[in-house]
Amino acid sequence: MEGSDGLNPPVLRFSEVCLSRGARAILARVTFAVARGELVALMGPSGAGKTTLLRVTAGLEAFQSGTVQVEELELRGGIDCERKTLRALRRKVGMVFQFHHLFEHLTVLKNVWLAPVHAWGVAPREAQRRARELLAMLGVEHRANALPRELSGGEAQRVAIARALAVDPPLLLLDEPTAALDPDRRAELRDLLRSLSGNDRTVVTATHDEEFAQSCATRVLRVSGGKVFENAL
Amino acid sequence: MTVRRRQFSTLVGLGLFCVAVYAFPEAKSRAASFEPPLELRWAGDPEGGAPFVEANPANPEELVGFDVEIAELIARRLGRKATFINISFTSIDQSIERGDADIGLSGIEDTPARRAAMATTIPYYEFREVLSVRDADAPRFRTLADLRGRRVGTLGGTIAYEILLRAEREHGIQVVAYDDDVHPYSDLVMGRLDAVLLDNVLAERRRRALPGFTIQPDTVAVGHYVGVLAARNAPLRDAIDEILRAAMRDGTLERIFRKWEVWNEDQAALYARILAGEPARGAAEKPASAAALSRWETTRRYLPSLVRASGVTIVLSCLSMALAVALGILIASGRVYGGKLLRAALTAYVEIMRGTPILLQLFVLYYGIAAVILLPAFAAALLGLALNYAAYESEIYRSSLEAVPAGQLEAARLLGLGEFQVLTLVRGPQAFRLALAPMTNDFIALLKDSSLVSVLTVFELTKQTQIFATNTGSWVIPGLLCALLYLGMSLPLAALARWLEKRWKAATA
Repeated sequence: MEGSDGLNPPVLRFSEVCLSRGARAILARVTFAVARGELVALMGPSGAGKTTLLRVTAGLEAFQSGTVQVEELELRGGIDCERKTLRALRRKVGMVFQFHHLFEHLTVLKNVWLAPVHAWGVAPREAQRRARELLAMLGVEHRANALPRELSGGEAQRVAIARALAVDPPLLLLDEPTAALDPDRRAELRDLLRSLSGNDRTVVTATHDEEFAQSCATRVLRVSGGKVFENAL
Repeated sequence: MTVRRRQFSTLVGLGLFCVAVYAFPEAKSRAASFEPPLELRWAGDPEGGAPFVEANPANPEELVGFDVEIAELIARRLGRKATFINISFTSIDQSIERGDADIGLSGIEDTPARRAAMATTIPYYEFREVLSVRDADAPRFRTLADLRGRRVGTLGGTIAYEILLRAEREHGIQVVAYDDDVHPYSDLVMGRLDAVLLDNVLAERRRRALPGFTIQPDTVAVGHYVGVLAARNAPLRDAIDEILRAAMRDGTLERIFRKWEVWNEDQAALYARILAGEPARGAAEKPASAAALSRWETTRRYLPSLVRASGVTIVLSCLSMALAVALGILIASGRVYGGKLLRAALTAYVEIMRGTPILLQLFVLYYGIAAVILLPAFAAALLGLALNYAAYESEIYRSSLEAVPAGQLEAARLLGLGEFQVLTLVRGPQAFRLALAPMTNDFIALLKDSSLVSVLTVFELTKQTQIFATNTGSWVIPGLLCALLYLGMSLPLAALARWLEKRWKAATA
């Protein structure tokens, strides 16, 4: 199986995915693939279905038909995902929500090492060391002991990225990452996402920010009316 | 102008008088005292009350008993109509004092405290305090001295209770006070008690209805039943004394007591002494009771027992709350995460516990299921409060769990945490902070609701205060001390809650 460039195998592949809520079709026979190492921007207006695409990829949303493949894992429409498959998926997909959803009652550091320790059995000391490393890489190590409410929007986003990267997922999803950022912070985020993608990590970001998408992504997919269209740069 | 002003003043005066008359019924009765009232309001407690006062089993609307007949006799000879006022036994003195009724007649004992605080009639019946034990124990438990380390029950605030308190100091018995005179005997037969000390009239009445216990022949003390009136009603008391003397002389009282099968030679001797102007003998003559002491001395004597009772209150409340919190968490988790059947069952539990009085639940736990599980009083009290409060706690936790934003849960799941980990590491801690304020509120409420367990013979602060008040004939000092002790327990709790809330709010706001 090959990616869109015909070289790298796809990390993510949507095939004929349909999802509707009541009479309203959110995703209508969506088909696309993302190759390993790509930085793909899903562009489109609000309500186009970008967030739903990310949520389906992360296994947060069930769909009626079609298949979604994340590396070797396959999710089928209309069938409840097995617990085993879902758990394997958690290891492969990290997601940064638009509103970050950092755990309000925990410090930044604990937000980052909580899952590696409790969900994946990493030794606490090792998890903390890795968490500090990630925070340092993202430039927010000095906020390690702060609570989420004490962070600026940009800081919270970086912490959320660190939290998602803590289990080292091959596929990182970001939902509207520029929504609350000023131009300087947007440029920083672009550089950060570029540095994160490539080699073993693939990044898919949903955005309605045309400029950001064009300047940041290696490929842009347009989402409109529940369908995904290729838009070569 | 002057005339008009005077007319206005008169109108205002009349208005104020009318308000006063309607607002203060006592003033109303005094204002109308130029016309003798047509009724004699008499107070009694019909709960398990035969042969004193009880609802006629054949016609529950009608009251029967020797005190009923004595009240009617007094009313008739006063030219009034007897009207019954139902008042719980331990509150009769206070109700008479505040004017709810003219006279209390319900096997009320003649005590120095009562004589000092109230206007009491001459004694009209002499009783003996007798010890009742289970049939099998009759040979070994003959006197209070044989009951070291054993549980002995009686009615709180009575002469028998005072005797048992002395025996507690002298012979090391354990005193258990009841609010009524029926349950001590059922608890004796069931094994919760080893003996009961009460009037021979009560003991013999219960023995007729309940087999399994023996009344020991020795008399522990002698006492008398009297009528009790407010101290300000001494003229009425004197008139009633004359009626009682006449009824002793003409045999009316004897006929009443014979009808109720409680006449014996003790009464003939008592009447002879009274009619000869001699004092009645018995426990009431011993200056052992609270009224013989100064208020300060009485307070000093009761304070340690009030503090001990506060200890019971706080221990009971803390343990009940801990259990209620644990159960509440389980119920709330079941309602949020459980299947349809479990959710329905837990919802039913919550609605039943919230929809029925806690007092009823306590009675069911202690007396209702006694044939199946014989719970000790403290355990029943703890369980009763915990089961009831668990229902309320679970609702707080359920709503708090549901108030945690869905995004927090999705983020946790997405990171690979299982549902139980999501609950314990993310949802639970966040919900707990939301639940803290209403939880503290509930704890303070439970602290006060713990007073209800006195119906199960648990001797907590309110019960001890009630006995203190009954024995001193006043609620002022006991009530103040009781309030201070409750505040002493609840205010630090409230302060702690405020501090925790502030701390955690600062951490998450």
